[in-house]
Amino acid sequence: MSALDVVASPASNETGYRSFQLGSFSFSRDEYFVRVGWQANGQQLSHKMSADAFLRAVMRDVAWGFFYGWVNFDSMIGTRNLYGKVEFYAGTYNPAYQERGLDHKETFDSRQIMATFKAMLDDWTNEGFDPFAAPDETSKSWLGKKRGHNRGAIERERQACKRMPGLPGDAELRTDENGYPVNRAFADVPQDEPEIHAEPGFENELHAFSLFAYLSRSDVTWNPSVSSVLERSLCCPTTEEYILPIKHGNDRVEWFIQLSDELEWQIEDKTTGAPRAKVIMKAGDVAAMPADIRHQGFSKKRSMLLVWENATPELPQLYESGKLKPYPVEF
Amino acid sequence: MTTEFQTVFGSLQDYAKGELEIINDNPKHYAFSNVFDVASRCAAYEKVVVAINLGYVLETLRAEGTSPWFAAAHDEFAIVMDGEVEVELLKLAAPAVPATKKGTVQLDGTPAGRRMGYVKCKRGHQVLLPQGAAYRFKAARPGVILLQTIEGELSKQKWREICYT
Repeated sequence: MSALDVVASPASNETGYRSFQLGSFSFSRDEYFVRVGWQANGQQLSHKMSADAFLRAVMRDVAWGFFYGWVNFDSMIGTRNLYGKVEFYAGTYNPAYQERGLDHKETFDSRQIMATFKAMLDDWTNEGFDPFAAPDETSKSWLGKKRGHNRGAIERERQACKRMPGLPGDAELRTDENGYPVNRAFADVPQDEPEIHAEPGFENELHAFSLFAYLSRSDVTWNPSVSSVLERSLCCPTTEEYILPIKHGNDRVEWFIQLSDELEWQIEDKTTGAPRAKVIMKAGDVAAMPADIRHQGFSKKRSMLLVWENATPELPQLYESGKLKPYPVEF
Repeated sequence: MTTEFQTVFGSLQDYAKGELEIINDNPKHYAFSNVFDVASRCAAYEKVVVAINLGYVLETLRAEGTSPWFAAAHDEFAIVMDGEVEVELLKLAAPAVPATKKGTVQLDGTPAGRRMGYVKCKRGHQVLLPQGAAYRFKAARPGVILLQTIEGELSKQKWREICYT
């Protein structure tokens, strides 16, 4: 089997959905649920999630390229990015399963698990359901038997600039013309752009844009783009509505700057899931997310959040080895 | 769900701080602050670090009046969080900062170089402060800038004063 082979069954006569195999994990869906199966300690075990929640979680994992660290689909299953390889686990970070040896994890080449997840998304996302959208913006067509696809929604690419959007040769700004109308929840956000008065010869060196207008035109939720790059320092703004479909477990410190509205973060211990704090952020608030937590956000109104990351490759090992403390500063 | 939305941004004149509910943790680990609160209590163009990640920083600046000229050996990015800020840029005739030096450096007087132009920014606007350029800010009324840069000689860390504990 090559690294990119996806192991899938024929479409079910009953539901129309295919089932998938990733290593020894099995994945299947029916009208309501996704079922993940594995073996541990001589037992056959399984876990169920609502299919819409599963699709929203897989969508983020695919779009983020498995992101920094852990993407917990819920308290049972998820992925850990090992950068080139990805671990899929069931029960490993759930103390009840882990303590009884009933958890299981396997490591895969990133390309293989990505191909499998994309195939699942493609087959299990029905026409009309957008796993990137807020519930108010998409249909309930995830329910029921298989009908059609929504490839336009699931094949969006994450918008990552090399230096700053709008510079020559860099990521495009968002406009009506290129398919990014102002989102319904940001209809009141001013759309005026900065006035740039460049002296002759400096037209391509002076650059500015309206970040808030850019964000008001985001067509996805909980999916950071990249809006400025300074060496390994990346500003990754995003728009958030309803619930982050996964619990992100940090493998490094990241920072949140709330640009608009309000967002609540539920913070849990990364390994056990035990509650540690709630961080309720309003416009202008800044908070660190330590390297030893997992977090999930709740936003009652679509809000703008600036996620600030340090993409230095050595960080996961430095935090895991204890060479760096899990919090950013002592005072 | 209602179809009318009101987007809430903060400002020096009108901001509300969030909350930190601790269940089993140390509140200091979250280094929780608010850029408007910080800017309301600092001097004009004082560079107060509100986020740090192993040398990289986000700084809050109170924009008020005309700043000194600044430069860095690397790009910097400024987001205007409140007010109206004009950014004047000048292409330096010679590097003002050694290539290995990190962070913002304040220049004496007006540096030698060619005028590049200026950018007039309002709330939510982001401007590139490119490597090789000097820049200064002008604000007729107090405003707030969030600056993405690297920790340098002008960066001020005063976490005890700005964070919830």
